[in-house]
Amino acid sequence: MSLKMKLFSYNIVDTFVHRLSGLTKLLCFLLLTFAVMYSYDLRVILFVMLFSFIVLYISKIKFSQIRTMVIYVLIFVITNAIISFFFSPEFGVEIYGTRHEIAHLFGKVYLTQEQLLYQVTKLFKYVSVIPLGMIFLLTTNPSEFASSINGVGVHYKAAYAVALTLRYFPDIQRDYRDISLAQQARGLDLSRKAKFTDRFKNALLIIIPLIFSTLDRIDLISNAMDLRGFGKGKKRTWYTFKKLDKQDILAIVLSALIFIGSLCVSAFVNHSRFYNPFI
Amino acid sequence: MFKITTKTIVAIGLGAAIFMLLFMYVKVPSPIPETSFQTAYGLSAFFATLFGPIAGALISFIGHALNDAVQYGSVWWSWVIASGVSGFIFGFAFNRTKVEDGVFDGKDILTFNIIQIIGNVVSWVVVAPVLDILIYQEPVNLVFTQGLAAAGMNIISAGVIGTLLLVAYAATRTKKGSLKKK
Amino acid sequence: MVLMDKKAIIEFDHFSFQYYSQAEPTLHDINLKIYPGEKILIVGPSGSGKSTLGHCINGLIPFSYKGEITGSLTIKGQDTRELNIFELSKKVGTVLQDSDGQFVGLTAGEDIAFALENDCVRQDVMHERVRKVAQMVDMDTLLKSSPFELSGGQKQRTSLAGVMIDEVDILLFDEPLANLDPATGKRAIEIINDIHCNSTKTVLIIEHRLEDVLHRDVTRVIVLDEGRIIADMDAHSLVCSDLLRKTGIREPLYITALKYAGVKVTCDMQPGYIETLKTDSAGEAVRSWYKAIHPEKRINTNPSIIKMEQVSFSYDGIRKVLQDINIDIREGEMVSLVGKNGAGKSTLSKLLCGFEKEDDGIIRYFGEDIREKTIKERAEIIGLVMQNPNQMISKAMIYDEVALGLRLRSVPEEEIKPRVEKVLKICGLEPFIDWPISALSYGQKKRVTIASILVLDPKILILDEPTAGQDYRHYTDIMEFLVEINKLGVTIILITHDMHLMLEYTPRAIVLSEGKLIADTAASVVLTDEQVIEEANLKETSLFALAQHTGIANGTAFVQGFIDYERELKNR
Ligand SMILES: Nc1ncnc2c1ncn2[C@@H]1O[C@H](COP(=O)(O)OP(=O)(O)OP(=O)(O)O)[C@@H](O)[C@H]1O
Ligand SMILES: Nc1ncnc2c1ncn2[C@@H]1O[C@H](COP(=O)(O)OP(=O)(O)OP(=O)(O)O)[C@@H](O)[C@H]1O
Ligand SMILES: [Mg+2]
Ligand SMILES: [Mg+2]
Repeated sequence: MSLKMKLFSYNIVDTFVHRLSGLTKLLCFLLLTFAVMYSYDLRVILFVMLFSFIVLYISKIKFSQIRTMVIYVLIFVITNAIISFFFSPEFGVEIYGTRHEIAHLFGKVYLTQEQLLYQVTKLFKYVSVIPLGMIFLLTTNPSEFASSINGVGVHYKAAYAVALTLRYFPDIQRDYRDISLAQQARGLDLSRKAKFTDRFKNALLIIIPLIFSTLDRIDLISNAMDLRGFGKGKKRTWYTFKKLDKQDILAIVLSALIFIGSLCVSAFVNHSRFYNPFI
Repeated sequence: MFKITTKTIVAIGLGAAIFMLLFMYVKVPSPIPETSFQTAYGLSAFFATLFGPIAGALISFIGHALNDAVQYGSVWWSWVIASGVSGFIFGFAFNRTKVEDGVFDGKDILTFNIIQIIGNVVSWVVVAPVLDILIYQEPVNLVFTQGLAAAGMNIISAGVIGTLLLVAYAATRTKKGSLKKK
Repeated sequence: MVLMDKKAIIEFDHFSFQYYSQAEPTLHDINLKIYPGEKILIVGPSGSGKSTLGHCINGLIPFSYKGEITGSLTIKGQDTRELNIFELSKKVGTVLQDSDGQFVGLTAGEDIAFALENDCVRQDVMHERVRKVAQMVDMDTLLKSSPFELSGGQKQRTSLAGVMIDEVDILLFDEPLANLDPATGKRAIEIINDIHCNSTKTVLIIEHRLEDVLHRDVTRVIVLDEGRIIADMDAHSLVCSDLLRKTGIREPLYITALKYAGVKVTCDMQPGYIETLKTDSAGEAVRSWYKAIHPEKRINTNPSIIKMEQVSFSYDGIRKVLQDINIDIREGEMVSLVGKNGAGKSTLSKLLCGFEKEDDGIIRYFGEDIREKTIKERAEIIGLVMQNPNQMISKAMIYDEVALGLRLRSVPEEEIKPRVEKVLKICGLEPFIDWPISALSYGQKKRVTIASILVLDPKILILDEPTAGQDYRHYTDIMEFLVEINKLGVTIILITHDMHLMLEYTPRAIVLSEGKLIADTAASVVLTDEQVIEEANLKETSLFALAQHTGIANGTAFVQGFIDYERELKNR
């Protein structure tokens, strides 16, 4: 288990993307995500994907930073594709209402163009949002997270909870490790050899000290925050908030246009969420 | 019940951090190969019972979202939202048990687990699949099978871990005027 | 200092407080006036109600801790009942003991700005003020660093800046020195003093380490015991009274020495601070006492039990936390491991237990290379008691907690029972055998964790900060009991910031600094060696100063003499 002292390997490089305010990046992330979330038009999705890969390139993110993420995603989408095909190979036909067989696999299972289109679209739907998330995470200073979330309209208290999570995750991670080692030293067996019934018990022997020491800490921290006037007002300002400038406006407008564009395509071009080339 | 104090906020922040940690590292392998129990839902049930629905919802939501973000680089909204919903419903056990007064026995265990089961069923058999269909057009039978499996697993881990945690917590509570120096 | 303009800034009037869960009041009939610009030290045994008193002043009571208040407390002429915690936080700034708990920001800058953010101060104003305050505690170059990059001392400074940022009139410190290495603690006291001198602020300090606080002068010392104020006097009269002994608070070492030497400590000697101490009358007595001590030579000739050869380690593969460490400890020794915050002490103990794997070097047990031994196997030999007991306790009942290790090793119950009971007896926990752990004090919890390790009878016992935050009485309990098990042949390694402890109990001290071993010799030598003290953030003992005061040339020998003398007393 690796101990990341910071949650995300936020890389300080001076690029256009890095210079943007965290709020801008969050807004763009949400706009574009929802653009692809709503649309089921392969062309729109591919466009957004292309766009986000370009931004990924601009922001000088090294592949080493995202390797593990990419692997996880690939595993996910591939298994998902396979499973969903065998669960309902005719789903594409249902959606598009036509049937063009490509090949007969076995039994009653055929591969159809409709199914292919549906699954390819879905696959890209999943993949296309990945770069967006990575850009936001890897180019935004964690200190800006809270102010950004607050900026998109979330109450500052909830936003601050996120800041606290980012602040204390490494501490808790360190505690967790120390505790589990200490328990192992007392003879705790965490290997898969242990009987199934014991596994819950053993997990508890670590979780309990972790949680109970955390409960003490919660009292302490909330006292410290009360003593410094947290939550007295309806609003609060942020030391690290980055004000929006021309570039930010530009980025937001651009993403907004893409979002609206995707809606329009569905509304006026496809007259549905689906792009149907078969009729 | 929906009151938000500084303590609630801190509980959310640190709770989400633990949730994330458990979500990443503390899965209990189940007898069925390639599946494992998420101890994290035991934790969110525990915190939700102590701090209420809002805390429960945000702990699971933030914890799950950040976990996705770190793992996949993006967020699977359908399941993250479902997590939040489950935490929110767990929160209705808040003030419905006597755990804060140091008792957590038969009746309380029952109450807690009924709520916990409702929460898991609603979120994994209804919310998650429906969102999957709305957002990603996943095949209906697929998402509901997944949902049922998830519900089953999480009911067990929330049931076992959550209950045991609450029992342990009750043992640490002190009653009014109970502490005497000898 | 604007003293004695007769308007008290804090005034307790027949004030009592009882916690919701307590059977009787924790504070009884407190009557106390504190005037603007005073600097007050509050001492008292653990559990005497010091923090509770503090909580009443900063509003955590009744805001966060429920309970029953009788009598009245007025701050700046306003009754605290009419104030909420936010209004109070504008008058009273509190620095809590645990700097990690207080450090809520992701970076030092954010943390200092926290209070301003809550006041919706405009960002540019905020940055300006943060810079100013940061300069006061010289943190201005570190504003962008995260808590993990900051040392314990720097975190403390950050917390300090964080409360000074809105102009409060009263500064309240609850155990500011706990977990700080001696030099950092010393500096903390100096910073607090500077702030006090350069402003009209009223300062309250709650602390166990009396001698360390008295490094700078205080207006008054208030002694709490069992929730009552039993003394309110200046440092001199406190030190020459017998109150400290009575309440079980540690008196300054040089006072102890004077008393050993048969000197009657009187107020006109101004004994409150080593700087002001007049020893003209006492010099003769001290010198002759020192001559009379015949040093006992105890050289341990047992075989080496644990040995580190050229051990190096790094967490991230970049920065070396430990470098070429060579240590050789003999069976039955009792050594202390000291050094500044972040020097690598805890890390070293983790390496010995196999929690972390050394990058290179060899660790030997009785000459045998144990690098390949697993955590579990090493645990048979080496037991580690971690700094924070809450990190180890996983059971509700004391008996189960102590038995846990044996049960996990699937030792038969009938064998477990006698072993557990024996250990609980040694640790003086017998009376509590069927108590819930939650009902125990911090010190008792600490002993439970020690017991839970002892029961596995390790050959080597490592304790990380065994006495942190303990008052003198509990401290003595724990240490005397460690001496007992040491006599039974257990080798003991103590990680500590407490120089007294090192002097009193461990003949040998190993000193780390920035991951390098810079000294491994007699405690008395370490504490009188300018350079080591400097490098390792230690603090010269006041005994050394006393030696100079009384014209004893060889300070080191004097300190050693003091230790030998105490040991004789104990062995008698
Ligand atoms: N939240 C609480 N609920 C009930 N009792 C409490 C609470 N906090 C403290 N007490 C009790 O009040 C008494 C005084 O506690 P307090 O923390 O003020 O002591 P202290 O002088 O600060 O001790 P220490 O030096 O160890 O910090 C103790 O007996 C403790 O058990
Ligand atoms: N789990 C960890 N991962 C990464 N770095 C760590 C870890 N634990 C400690 N460190 C770093 O290693 C260095 C040594 O830490 P360690 O805890 O050994 O110091 P210490 O001497 O025990 O300090 P203190 O006296 O404050 O307890 C510190 O700089 C610390 O930040
Ligand atoms: Mg205290
Ligand atoms: Mg340490």
